[in-house]
Amino acid sequence: MEFTEKHVEGLKDLLYRMADDLLILGHRNSEWTGLGPILEEDIAFSSMAQDKVGQSLALYEILHELGESDPDTVAFTRNDFQFHNCQMVEFPIGEYDFSLVRHFFYDHADALRFEALTETVFEPLQMVAKKFKGEIKYHTMHANSWLKQLANGSEESKIRMQQSINELFPHALGMFEPSNFEQELMESGLFIGEAALQQRWLDTVVPLLESYGYTVPTDAAPLFGGRKGVHTEYLQPLLDEMTEVFRIDPSAEW
Amino acid sequence: METSARIKSILETVMDPEIPTISLVDLGIVTKIESRASEHAYVQLTPTFSGCPALRVMEDLVRTALTDAGFQEIEVETSFETQWNTNLITEKGRAALLKHGLAPPVKHEGYIELDVLSDTPCPLCGSRNTTLQSPFGPTLCRSLHYCNNCRNGFEGFKPI
Repeated sequence: MEFTEKHVEGLKDLLYRMADDLLILGHRNSEWTGLGPILEEDIAFSSMAQDKVGQSLALYEILHELGESDPDTVAFTRNDFQFHNCQMVEFPIGEYDFSLVRHFFYDHADALRFEALTETVFEPLQMVAKKFKGEIKYHTMHANSWLKQLANGSEESKIRMQQSINELFPHALGMFEPSNFEQELMESGLFIGEAALQQRWLDTVVPLLESYGYTVPTDAAPLFGGRKGVHTEYLQPLLDEMTEVFRIDPSAEW
Repeated sequence: METSARIKSILETVMDPEIPTISLVDLGIVTKIESRASEHAYVQLTPTFSGCPALRVMEDLVRTALTDAGFQEIEVETSFETQWNTNLITEKGRAALLKHGLAPPVKHEGYIELDVLSDTPCPLCGSRNTTLQSPFGPTLCRSLHYCNNCRNGFEGFKPI
């Protein structure tokens, strides 16, 4: 099928959502470097940060080939309202329970998103999706093992994890905020659409959480905004910090 | 020798910057070699991990090796066209990993669970009585293990 301008616009929007999620959560994950509760966890969050930033670069490169600015310019010179990431990934790392639950919610969605994209008709995206799948597998395995372990840890660990689940669930649903191009993306075979993805995610995370002994909120309403450039007060300070060195000399050769 | 075979034999001498016992060819990241004239070389590389910081260094190492061998027109490109996985590491490459003290990755059919990593043979004593400490290690491609037999910590090249 011939791609119209709207298909390309929808594709770019989809790529920005994914790349911005990965860059911002990658940055947040890296904030655990040196602070992890045990050495292995310090390394785990640092490694996942490196994976995510690397994956975001691959997606920004695809965007560049579609006519957007180069990856460094896109990553380091936009303001918060120009970012398409969901709000959940921009929150500060908080306590470890908060970061683990966010990691669990996000990485399962990410794994399913790229799984679906291994069948996209847009070949460059299909190739990276196949590549990312193997990397993300280690992220979901890590998240699952901690969600399970802390459900069976102490009374306190279970209460704290459950509180983070309750707090983050509406934000997690915000990951699936529909774009203005859902129809175009679906009819062209570019993407299955956010609604279908959300259903796959629910079918995955709800049984897992229940099997670990947690309660899944049933009355949560999704918190949207991020995909359309509406962000919390936490994103701009993150961008200011992330781009601090870049801004000293934007033309420097690295 | 045909030019593309010559290019391959040159790349067999270019070692991974982080694991100096294994060549880029044995690591399985050289995914295409072409030549349209005796002084032209095209090499396609694929990243082990998307976030691997050694990738740009590897591109430079390839360029330098080909320049030193007298190639005038050199193109090195990184592509996701062929997605790397650990099954692409050659037998010679697996032996090279072991020589560096890294447990070679278990062979798999595309489906990986954590218990696959939990009985990784110890590269120091060969025992299978080992424990996975963390699937994340000092670099993206390594995992952390402990050998209950010789009581040493060791690193593995993790299957992907």
